[in-house]
Amino acid sequence: MNALIGLLCGLIFGVGLIISGMANPAKVIGFLDVTGVWDPTLAFVMGGALGVTALGYRLILQREHPIFDKQFFIPTRKDLDVSLLGGATLFGLGWGLIGLCPGPALVAFGGLSTQAITFVACLCAGLWLAPRLIKQ
Amino acid sequence: MIAEFSMWQGLAGGVLIGLSASLLMLLKGRIAGISGILSGVLERSDQWGWQAPFVVGLILAWPLYNLANGPITFEINENLVLLAIAGLLVGIGTRLGNGCTSGHGVCGMSRGSARSIAATFVFMAVAVLTVWVKRMITGDAL
Repeated sequence: MNALIGLLCGLIFGVGLIISGMANPAKVIGFLDVTGVWDPTLAFVMGGALGVTALGYRLILQREHPIFDKQFFIPTRKDLDVSLLGGATLFGLGWGLIGLCPGPALVAFGGLSTQAITFVACLCAGLWLAPRLIKQ
Repeated sequence: MIAEFSMWQGLAGGVLIGLSASLLMLLKGRIAGISGILSGVLERSDQWGWQAPFVVGLILAWPLYNLANGPITFEINENLVLLAIAGLLVGIGTRLGNGCTSGHGVCGMSRGSARSIAATFVFMAVAVLTVWVKRMITGDAL
């Protein structure tokens, strides 16, 4: 059952990224490039996703627990620390350089271009390295 | 100047992303944050059973969509060194910052989390600035 849920949610998420144009780095850069010929599409993607998720969460979180687990797993931290803001800064830098964030990168990986494979390999290396670098 | 843009495709795609995030919360009670899910797969977390299939679903979206609707537009910078640096930065940054565009930008902001709102503001601002500087230096935003 877990495998089916994961596969279905991943597929819907991926198709959403493709339909919205966000799997195409040029489209994302077009949004971030505010002094160029600006492409506002990403704002509508975020608007649609935020609207549905905010409403969905509000309804779902009234339940005692999710259908296939005993509790909801919602982050509870409220403090703003160096790790959060420094991490967001590094992420923004990498995102702006190429126009791929993790979701679209994995979708692009399915297109099997050398560019996408290179990016995803380094993305995985970065995810794996980060906590080990901090520990040193 | 504003480019020709695709409001309805954007909204429709966004709605699907929201549906996926809501479905994952309803069924498993988990946040649909892609960097967190991919980290879980790499670290063989106890949630591997749904996380790995989620990643497989994301990867299969392209070939399946391609079969049904034909080729997908994909324009990207072809410099492999730049791609590698950007990939590393996105990986390290999202792991340290506990989330990316999906986890903080969509799921976190939907719940009004202060940490997610701050993180989203920071990575958006830095990304806009990065594109601006890149255009100044190379003459091309892509």
